[in-house]
Amino acid sequence: MKKQVTLSKEFLKGLWDINPIFKQVLGMCPTLAVTVSAINGIAMGLATTFVLVCASLLISTIRKLIPTQVRIASFIVIIATFVTIVDLVMKAKFPELSKALGPFIPLIVVNCLILGRQEAFASKSKPLRALLDALGNGAGFLLALFVLGGIREIIGSRTLLGFQVMPNGFEPWLIMILPAGAFLTLGLLLGFANLYTGRRDRFEKEALQAQYRSVGKEAVFQNDPSEKS
Amino acid sequence: MELFLIFISAALVNNFVLAYFLGICPFIGVSNKISSAFSMGLATTFVMTITAIVSWLLFNLILVPYNLEFLQIPSFILVIASLVQFVEMFIKKVSQPLYRALGIFLPLITTNCAILGLALFASMREYTFIESIIFGVGAGVGFILALVLMAGIREELELADVPKAFQGAPITLIVAGILALAFMGFAGMI
Repeated sequence: MKKQVTLSKEFLKGLWDINPIFKQVLGMCPTLAVTVSAINGIAMGLATTFVLVCASLLISTIRKLIPTQVRIASFIVIIATFVTIVDLVMKAKFPELSKALGPFIPLIVVNCLILGRQEAFASKSKPLRALLDALGNGAGFLLALFVLGGIREIIGSRTLLGFQVMPNGFEPWLIMILPAGAFLTLGLLLGFANLYTGRRDRFEKEALQAQYRSVGKEAVFQNDPSEKS
Repeated sequence: MELFLIFISAALVNNFVLAYFLGICPFIGVSNKISSAFSMGLATTFVMTITAIVSWLLFNLILVPYNLEFLQIPSFILVIASLVQFVEMFIKKVSQPLYRALGIFLPLITTNCAILGLALFASMREYTFIESIIFGVGAGVGFILALVLMAGIREELELADVPKAFQGAPITLIVAGILALAFMGFAGMI
């Protein structure tokens, strides 16, 4: 595999560079549905991370045993097994949370993020790398869910993790805890994430350009293939 | 009357896409053109209806009598995966252009949360056999409706001057938010 990628990079890329929500736009259904409050977001993020990590580890360990033709079906069955574990544990230990998340715990099975990571990464990598990749992506997912849930909870019901953070004079925006609010918030967040990345890339390019200019290699830069983007 | 309410509820009031956020991936992925959105919706509806039937039979005739409810998730997903495979072979045989238009999104119906969600909701709410079928059809119709509406808006959106950072997924989500607001108008119907 990509030997030049260090192990820490493998973990960190999931947080921002290929963040499942903001960059890959995967796993939207649970993201939008459960983020009525920050705590739900955290619970969902943790459950998904657990499944992702276990599945990635197992699949990358047995990747040579799975025939390519039936790999998707095998991945799904493995994922479904771990999801069943999470579902039963949640029901037994955290009945309230389990009720709040409703069918969205079983629906982790069809979270494209998990299947996507198996297909794109775990099935081609060594277990350690797959583990780090899964942890990174899970953390990125958790982060995005927490941010989205936090914003919706603060504006929609004046609280964060159950503590009141907005003054009583602030009229809660009901729309934020309704389905429409989820779409709007996520749309805006995605837009701002793009704006930020676009600006950062431009700054980097300008800095590079200035550097080239200072050493008189402008001609080289203009033929730079990365210019296309 | 009861059945009619289930249909209306699944199709409009509790629209799977706009109220339960199920099936967002194809909703964003295939809603570029009305024609492909409609055929994607039809394929999904077909799978949904059959899933509603098969999963009801599976759950009530096999899993419950043998106390195997904990196997619900893996068994449902296996049924759905094989159904999708079947539909894919069928469409490939019957209509090549449609098959090519749907492309990668056809196998992806397997991981469409709307299908599994439908099976789970139906068993969770303890619907009878007939109710499950109506629920499946209603959810499918709601899915087509949302997908086609979205595709129509996006065709117009192509001509609009959207800021660069908001092109693609962000603006689609914002439009979906406004659609969801509009669908809230149906809330008073039941």
